[in-house]
Amino acid sequence: MSISSPDAIVADAARVRTRRPVVVTLGNPNTGKSTLFNALTGLRQKVGNFPGVTVEHVVGKLMLASGEVDVVDLPGTYSLSAQSPDEMVAVDVLLGRVGAVGRPDVVLLIVDATNLRRNLFLASQVLEIGLPVVIALNMTDLLAAQGITLELPQLAAALGVPVVPIAAARGEGLAELRAALDTAIAEGRPSPLRLNPALQAAADELVATLRARGVDAVPAEVERALIDEQGHAERRLVERAGDPLREELAARRHALAQGRSLATVEARDRYSWINALVARVERREERRPGWREALDRWLNHPVYGSLAFLLAMAVVFQSVFAWATPLMEAIDAGATALGEWVRGSTTPGLLQSFLVDGVIAGVGSVVVFLPQIMLLFAFIIVLEDSGYMSRAAFVVDRLMRWCGLSGQSFIPMLSSFACAVPGIMGTRVIGNPRDRLATILAAPFMTCSARLPIYALLIAAFVPPKTWFGGLLNLQGLVLLGFYLLGMVGAVFTAFLVNRLVFAGPRSRFLLEMPPYRLPQLKSVVVKLLGRVRIFLKRAGTIIFAVALVVWAAASFPRVELEGGTSAAPPIADSYLGRASRAVAPVFAPLGWDWKVTAAVIASFPAREVVIAVLGTLYAVEDADAGGEARLADRIKEARHPDGAPVFTLPMVLGLMVFYALCLQCISTLAVIRRETNSWRWPLASWLYMTTLGYLGAFLCFRFGSVLTG
Amino acid sequence: MATTLADLAPGQRGSITGYAQDDAFTQRLMQLGLIEGADVEMLRCAPTGDPIEVRVMGYALSLRRNEAALVHVDLLA
Repeated sequence: MSISSPDAIVADAARVRTRRPVVVTLGNPNTGKSTLFNALTGLRQKVGNFPGVTVEHVVGKLMLASGEVDVVDLPGTYSLSAQSPDEMVAVDVLLGRVGAVGRPDVVLLIVDATNLRRNLFLASQVLEIGLPVVIALNMTDLLAAQGITLELPQLAAALGVPVVPIAAARGEGLAELRAALDTAIAEGRPSPLRLNPALQAAADELVATLRARGVDAVPAEVERALIDEQGHAERRLVERAGDPLREELAARRHALAQGRSLATVEARDRYSWINALVARVERREERRPGWREALDRWLNHPVYGSLAFLLAMAVVFQSVFAWATPLMEAIDAGATALGEWVRGSTTPGLLQSFLVDGVIAGVGSVVVFLPQIMLLFAFIIVLEDSGYMSRAAFVVDRLMRWCGLSGQSFIPMLSSFACAVPGIMGTRVIGNPRDRLATILAAPFMTCSARLPIYALLIAAFVPPKTWFGGLLNLQGLVLLGFYLLGMVGAVFTAFLVNRLVFAGPRSRFLLEMPPYRLPQLKSVVVKLLGRVRIFLKRAGTIIFAVALVVWAAASFPRVELEGGTSAAPPIADSYLGRASRAVAPVFAPLGWDWKVTAAVIASFPAREVVIAVLGTLYAVEDADAGGEARLADRIKEARHPDGAPVFTLPMVLGLMVFYALCLQCISTLAVIRRETNSWRWPLASWLYMTTLGYLGAFLCFRFGSVLTG
Repeated sequence: MATTLADLAPGQRGSITGYAQDDAFTQRLMQLGLIEGADVEMLRCAPTGDPIEVRVMGYALSLRRNEAALVHVDLLA
């Protein structure tokens, strides 16, 4: 072992502290990292974005004896040889390459005490970077039950950094952890571990060479670039230092590795060090298989396992729709009541219209989705925390692979039933670029909650309420199920296309840890839920709200001048929205739509959920004096083409629903695809592809349906 | 044909002897603990027979059969 290069220490000491100290949390997935992060920072978190990269990060504030520090929660990772976008961000932050974070003052490394060997792999990599490190040894409350005893003082001595035993889910050991972080920040002592002096020396030489050329680099990133041939660190370094570096790295590798890959040598060296260390500090008693093993046998059984999976999904869906509906209706009614109250207590005019039809309707259209999204998120978090989600991915991998996806696409696709935005953000755990792209492009087909209102309206109005078998089967329910299936078929077909046509990348893969079953903790679930809801509101909410305002403006201008200097909203046909719709109506005439339907569809291209509000405006507000307050469903049934034929025939309605099922009418989704793929190419391609599919689907439905119904 | 991890029946154990190839994927398997000399136990397969779940370094990991076939093992009694 040698100590960190003197340069780094001097540079560190010389740095004037102009900001709050930054602690980054890092650890393997399934180590209780986010539970610890939440326990340390409580609700004092905010979601931010790393500039230039596409991964969101959560920053929390932690009060220590010496003052407040920022805690940055990095994505869970198994190794610093980064392969997925999540891992790349973690490595970039650790190497001090992310401007907004800078060089972390302390790395808080979370290690699962019950899974020491595998966890120590990442730990040994992080300990060699040369940053101050504090290790939180989590799950120590489960050691006794598993027959494990650890010699903590020996472990800490061998690692050369403080090791604090904690039980994050129970909040045990947090005071000691805070104290250890405080000391580590004050001392700023880099962790001393060095396992491969030859590699270290080669990296130091290359750093010196690069500095001579005016390229700033730290030894840790050069080491990673040497080890991971053509990996993330090499790419980032070559971007800064130019192509000749590639050959210099190759020459060094050749000298160091002696015929094998340096990555192989690294893994072997680290695990032999780990095995020797664990042999000294860990004692395991043989235990009889417990309930976890029994549960695993059942949940992976060919018959019972599949049944359990179907049951779990059925419960999730049933409750999401059955439990969320009353809440959503209540919110809807509340927004309407608030609007009416404001309408009653203000004078008619632009301001009133802006408040009622713009602001309140806009906020309402976002908030109305919250119950469903929160319920679905809550289920997903409980399934993740309990350890079942990995089993579900294990069970469905074969099926997903047949569709051209992997078991790891399962959670993002499930989230997309609530909203494609969190679904697409959830694809960051997928390391294989082709799987990830296929999942991103397939996710918007899943029937998100924003499609439900239009389905509900049209099905209730136009599908007869027939029931069979004493109400067990009903036609309206079956049609709704059919549209869910249509969305899934669209997703599968898209994934298939991506795999066959777009990308001849590496084969899809499935590599997933099966964490032990654990009982989810209520507090931890609630905090995680609030965090995800916040991300959804920030991402989708702001855009949906803005769109609602734009639609309101397009329907409310140009104003009509009234006598006495006041103005009123124009008849909808004369508004900007109406004019634009009448201009493009011929394009949609083959689908059986008149200009009003066209207006509603166009207005809902930025956010499909506004279609109901726009239809309401088009069919109720315009003829308000003619028909009183007839319900929207009744009003649209009465809509006629100029020749007197009804607009809303069953074939046209089904076609309209197919259009909504297949179309990408969601600017938030486009924005998130742009962010996640880092180019405009995919959102644009996806939008054109889905719009074409939607148009064709609606056309076929209307034409064939009209022929069939005569 | 050498025995691979994919050939083990549930309950069988093997000792890893090496890999069929050396790339980012097999390197990740090594980082996850499937290194030369490590003992690995086949736990079970998914209801459809694929993927499989193995125990290595004291934890459970699942991977596909075609991926497990890259890992050479010696069967242990």
